[in-house]
Amino acid sequence: MKGNEAIAEAAIQAGCRHYFGYPITPQTEIAAYMAKRMPKIGGTFLQAESEIAAINMVYGVASAGKRVMTSSSSPGISLKSEGLSYLAGADLPALVVNAQRGGPGLGGIQPSQSDYFQATRGGGHGDYHMIVLAPSSVQEMAQLTIKGFELADQYRMTSMILADGTIGQMMEPVSFDFDIKEQPAKPWATTGTKMAREHNVINSLYLNPELLEKTNIERYKKYELIAQTEAMAEEYLTEDADIIIAAFGIAARVSRNAVNEARAHGIKAGLIRPVTLWPFPSAVFAKAADHAKQIISVELSMGQMIEDVQLATKCRVPVSLCYRVGGMIPTPDQVYQAIVEANEKGGK
Amino acid sequence: MATKEFLFAGFGGQGLLFSGKVLAYKGLIEEKNVSWLPSYGPEMRGGTANCSVILSDEPVGAPIVLNPDVLVAMNLPSLDKYENAVRPGGIILVDSSLIGRKVQRDDVDVYYVPATKLADENGTGQLANMILMGKLLTVLDSYNEETVSAALEKCISARHADMLEFNRKAMEIGRNYTE
Repeated sequence: MKGNEAIAEAAIQAGCRHYFGYPITPQTEIAAYMAKRMPKIGGTFLQAESEIAAINMVYGVASAGKRVMTSSSSPGISLKSEGLSYLAGADLPALVVNAQRGGPGLGGIQPSQSDYFQATRGGGHGDYHMIVLAPSSVQEMAQLTIKGFELADQYRMTSMILADGTIGQMMEPVSFDFDIKEQPAKPWATTGTKMAREHNVINSLYLNPELLEKTNIERYKKYELIAQTEAMAEEYLTEDADIIIAAFGIAARVSRNAVNEARAHGIKAGLIRPVTLWPFPSAVFAKAADHAKQIISVELSMGQMIEDVQLATKCRVPVSLCYRVGGMIPTPDQVYQAIVEANEKGGK
Repeated sequence: MATKEFLFAGFGGQGLLFSGKVLAYKGLIEEKNVSWLPSYGPEMRGGTANCSVILSDEPVGAPIVLNPDVLVAMNLPSLDKYENAVRPGGIILVDSSLIGRKVQRDDVDVYYVPATKLADENGTGQLANMILMGKLLTVLDSYNEETVSAALEKCISARHADMLEFNRKAMEIGRNYTE
């Protein structure tokens, strides 16, 4: 199964019955899968007239308390950013997929990770975050989609799957043997009062500045809790590592090969793969900085995650960058050479 | 076999992605770890298209094949581009009805199959890709009729069931072809 299809199937299994989107390479398989399946299971597939329309349809269904999603790729996510900010302002749960492609502008259609800042800092205007999940296999595309819906409902916020064109387009075996939790009750949803309760109001407009300030501060307490409890990372051979690679998504797959190559040559290399990009698994990096001599951030961008690595380690170890951009992907050999170089330099 | 990396390369529309898919499904049915990764331009036909397939006993790391053990080349630009990337001791399969030149290397096994011509002659036009696949599995000594058949059934939708027999026939042609 393709990575994009795995997202779509997992969403359906998680109980999502509403999908709104607008086609863009390299994520259109999600829409195609939804178009085929949704009508058969009583769900809604709707190809909107634009990305902006689609995200606002998501806002509508989320307000009614139903699991809902949209998907797009980089330029389309920029268009959706206004809606993402509104979802955050109204504390609505939703799942948004970004199968990143090269940018800026229309860029290209090949894979990229250059929307890291946009995703982890919120993307739209205002003080807010999204939970950002970074799958690195087709299996994880499915798994993190389910996780994304669960976290979104739990915290009443948007989860974003920050994938890339490679993981979206590649096929791997995938198992759907998931233990899916029951959907939580949503007493805040606008489901009709039946004259039996007060109106539920979903809104992101606060004309009273004191109230808006209080709401933002409350929301940040929630973010603080999420940062403490929900950060996830996978560590590979890090325990005794001198050189540690930081990489997510497709870059982590490439880096893993390079780490194996380095180990075969007697270099103690390891890999930390953030699974959540927001919250960033800072504690894992802080611990690694105790013994590592150098950290290399391997990215399909001009260096975005590297800033979070530097923050997490408080620059206690040198952090260097190994990258390709524009739709290019670093080769395992390029990463291996970076490891060799870092090992010779020694670092701290 | 620990890990074998395949690269199928040619023009869009030649069925290279499909070839890769059949190989990946065959691997999956034979309980290998597999990955399949396409790379192509925005065109439906024409332009370059290639497809990386990895079959392995271990979990697959990077899914991109840069130094294939096996290269299937279906046009000259692909052979020019990837000939030197093939690992020493590897295999290159050439559609010799579309590629006029010979492979320059002497440290790889090369098979020339006029697949596009054979496909036209045998009424399986368009299926040069599967003729090459038949030959490929034969030289790899892994032409297992049962798993090949099961893989084809996975890759060809019920709507196009009539294509199943054509594909099998094309693979047989490749299997029996000798230079």
